[in-house]
Amino acid sequence: MKMSLLSRSVIAATALAISALGMTGALAQSKPAELKVGITTFLSGPASVFGVPAKAAAELYIEQLNAAGGINGVKIVPTYIDEGVGADKLLSEYRRVVQETDTKVMLASISSGNCNIIAPVAEDLKVLNIMWDCGTEKVLEDKRYKYVVRTQANATTEMVATVLYLLKTKPDLKSIAVMNQDYAWGRDSWELFRNTLLALKPDVTISAELFPKFGATDYSTEISRLQALRPDVILSTSWGGDLDTFVRQAAQRGLMKTSLFVLPLAESSLERLGTTLPDGVIVGSRGDHYFLHPEHKTDAKLNNFVKKFKEKTGSYPIYSVYHMVQGLDGLVAGYNKAIKANKGQWPTPEQVAEAMRGMEFRGLTNTVKIREDGQGLEDQLLGITKKTAAYNFPTLEKIIVYPADLITTPVGQKSPEWVKTIKPELLNNPRIKQFN
Amino acid sequence: MPQDLYILAILDGLSYAALLFLVALGMTLVFGVMNIVNMAHGSFYALGGYMAATLGLWATSQGLSPAWSLLILPLAAVIIGVVFGGLMETSLMQRIYSKDPILQLLVTFSAFMIFEDFQRLVWGTQPYFVSDIVNYLGTTEVLGITYTRYQLMLLPGVALAVFIALRSFLKFSSVGRQIIAVSHNREVSTALGINVKRISLFTFMVGSMLGALAGALASPTVSWVPGIGGEMIVLSFAVVATAGLGQIEGALVAAILIGLARSFAVYLMPEVEVLVPYLIMVLVLLFRPQGLFSVAQARRV
Amino acid sequence: MSKPKIVVIILTLLALLLPLALPWLKTPLILGTAFGIAALGISILIISGQISFGHALFVCVGGYAVAFTVRKWTHMDSALLLVVGTAVGAVIGAIVGSFVVRYRGIFFGMLNLALSMVLFAVLGKFFNVTGGTDGLRLERSPFFGFNMERDAFETVLLITCVVLALLLGWLVQRYLRSVAGQALSAIKTNETRLEYVGISAYQALLIGYIISAALGGLSGALFAIAQGLVTPEMGYWVRSGEIVFVAILGGVGHPVGAFIGAGIFEFVKLFAAAYLTGAWQMVLGFVLIAMVFLAPRGISALLEDKKHKEGA
Repeated sequence: MKMSLLSRSVIAATALAISALGMTGALAQSKPAELKVGITTFLSGPASVFGVPAKAAAELYIEQLNAAGGINGVKIVPTYIDEGVGADKLLSEYRRVVQETDTKVMLASISSGNCNIIAPVAEDLKVLNIMWDCGTEKVLEDKRYKYVVRTQANATTEMVATVLYLLKTKPDLKSIAVMNQDYAWGRDSWELFRNTLLALKPDVTISAELFPKFGATDYSTEISRLQALRPDVILSTSWGGDLDTFVRQAAQRGLMKTSLFVLPLAESSLERLGTTLPDGVIVGSRGDHYFLHPEHKTDAKLNNFVKKFKEKTGSYPIYSVYHMVQGLDGLVAGYNKAIKANKGQWPTPEQVAEAMRGMEFRGLTNTVKIREDGQGLEDQLLGITKKTAAYNFPTLEKIIVYPADLITTPVGQKSPEWVKTIKPELLNNPRIKQFN
Repeated sequence: MPQDLYILAILDGLSYAALLFLVALGMTLVFGVMNIVNMAHGSFYALGGYMAATLGLWATSQGLSPAWSLLILPLAAVIIGVVFGGLMETSLMQRIYSKDPILQLLVTFSAFMIFEDFQRLVWGTQPYFVSDIVNYLGTTEVLGITYTRYQLMLLPGVALAVFIALRSFLKFSSVGRQIIAVSHNREVSTALGINVKRISLFTFMVGSMLGALAGALASPTVSWVPGIGGEMIVLSFAVVATAGLGQIEGALVAAILIGLARSFAVYLMPEVEVLVPYLIMVLVLLFRPQGLFSVAQARRV
Repeated sequence: MSKPKIVVIILTLLALLLPLALPWLKTPLILGTAFGIAALGISILIISGQISFGHALFVCVGGYAVAFTVRKWTHMDSALLLVVGTAVGAVIGAIVGSFVVRYRGIFFGMLNLALSMVLFAVLGKFFNVTGGTDGLRLERSPFFGFNMERDAFETVLLITCVVLALLLGWLVQRYLRSVAGQALSAIKTNETRLEYVGISAYQALLIGYIISAALGGLSGALFAIAQGLVTPEMGYWVRSGEIVFVAILGGVGHPVGAFIGAGIFEFVKLFAAAYLTGAWQMVLGFVLIAMVFLAPRGISALLEDKKHKEGA
């Protein structure tokens, strides 16, 4: 059929107009009835002692948020996914939740190994993925993502802060041994710690590097070996049930008397370990997460939440709880910012991910800022254990809080290399806050 | 490696070997008498540990001294062995004697799957660590290294005691000798008037009890989580295959061999530690498949 | 038309049409079919009376071979990757089989088990080479020359899987009817008699072993490409057990059995995850036990015509 140029142009223009209307129709989404959010956490295995409190926190906090009206009137409906089933089963479940239930926002994960796996899949599925707890720095440094952001710090920030604290506490240390879990986090965190330590104190000897498997239930032989080597310092970035078992077995064998223990993730084990953990252990909180945070002693938001959490679960919150709340607060702040930018229209996941970059928001402790590469800047708190009569577990004294921007790799650089350039002057930076 | 590290490695290896032996013992006993490899044997290990933890927590809540654990741990083993072992034997094992070996293995594998979920339903997914007895018994120092008395003395001690007791039982008691008869030839034993059905039930319960005892003894020292049964099955296969199916003395030696090899690996080459038991199993199966200790049999290998 | 053929058609139609209604089913269907292919391989060995509790070794080997290949040659076509996985599976099968097939019964089973656990431990330990317990990730490769978005890729992969399943089912059936295949069941019933007839049991079993290893490798390659991830868990002994489970559940009499078994397995897993929250192992355990007592030759045996049995 031959058409005149005019008819063809009219048809083309009409088609264009219709598709343009269709596209703006897609952009101008009406507010959904509810916002479905998928949350991955460890609900089984040794790591569940860490993941189950986070789920309780999510339930509590989402209830609070919904009672206050949700996000712009939209209620949040969570689905929980167990990370304890193993990486490939987790991946299947993640995909199923996204595709079958049409969930467009995910909070994943705790395990660094799982984050590494999920980030490219989230990008592929075009869903907003908030990395709410995993620490590996590699996921955002190796690739630029549109849909993936992190509402907390990464291994670099945490390990640099730990090294600084260690050097402040024991500046004359001669030997160090490490025992980390054998997976992404354990390996990456050691690489960063070692590079930083050797940059600031090149004469330190590394006595042993032990990597038992993630979820190992017995460390007896490793403990014997460490006892025989007698290093000045023993570092372990283990967490959850693994850390609990290691500390219990090490304490039984007296290992904690002969070496200084540095446990950057032990804030999450303080209450569970109770008096098993002796005085004098350096403890970190993967951020500045501590229910007795010196800068927020009278803060209403923190104290209220701690009280409610203790009522609900019988225990004090641990850093996985703070991270979960931070993730949810970040999500809410992101949506609010995107809605404003959209002039009141409900945003797409892509727009929210975009809005979250450059955003500053607050969870329960210090504010967090998310950079253009999606990485969060979160201050770090470390302290030393000391038994008190007030609680049946040790509290932290000699607390130091490190500002995040001093100790996080600049955008575009690779952490293992950047940490080598840290200068000893950083130890005395006036912005580092010390408390007693 | 300096001299004293050898001794330390041996001490570490022995306590691990004690547990391996107890588990393997149960499996090899069952195989000897019933000619079936029980793929659910590791589940008894797991159940024994969970039961011991539950009883231990109950005892603490009643204010009982940790010394009672010395009674509670074997009690947990007996409960599991009699209840679950008995249940499995009467409802399943008895009915599959005449079936295809492949089906026999699959049935015990299904039992394993059922037990795995059963554990989760009853005890949940979070770890148990009930270690009062370990702290109670205190520590000793060897060459400057502190060991818990539980690990150094109690575990190997119990393993040795069980070994001696079992051997004497099999050699000298009437039931024991009936068991040996059945393990040699089932049909002839029936012809001689031995109640093979009862002997099989009894043996299976004892075998399960031994597996559960290993679990009960291990649970105060490590974190008890789902999946621990599955790992133990393969390790006990390694011991049993190395020793030779049905060999009790062999199981003791094989357990020590594998225990020592593993702990030496942690000291010398930590990367291969997880490989060691399976490598030994492969080597033994390749070069002496009937096991290091079996008497030559007219058996199709 | 015989009942098994009807079931084949029903399964094929389900696999191809269900995703039109429920698009998220594509991935589970792909994984289920891949699982069925591995079970098809194991059923060859089961026919010879030998049970391997370590065949997840080949699934793992195939998957990792694909992962390493993609890292080295990033734009190799997925179709070629499937060939790589199968080939590597076959080669390793030949090497391992050359000594393993001399063993029988429980020793055959245990040796396979031990070897798969060695691989599992090695893959989990050497973090820098194999990614340790986190495994290795793969980027999506072109398929048959086309670069595709996820949706289209999965559709093509599903169709490929179904076609492969049909093709391999048919090929295996032909193999089992050939002399080499018939020799396998002779190994089970009376091996000495087989040797008397002049057929080497060693050769017959080795051929069967290599074929089953190749099918395992292909299964692993399909998993790897569908998931974009390989982990040492793929080689864990419980996975080997599940493959055997599926083969027996479906029955080894007819190749469709492997896929019936895989279908039931995946179906129960999927719906237990949604409704029974985590009791799927228990359900399947009871199902198999019931099967062993009521229908010991598997579900596909139930499909055989009574007339056919009596006549034979």
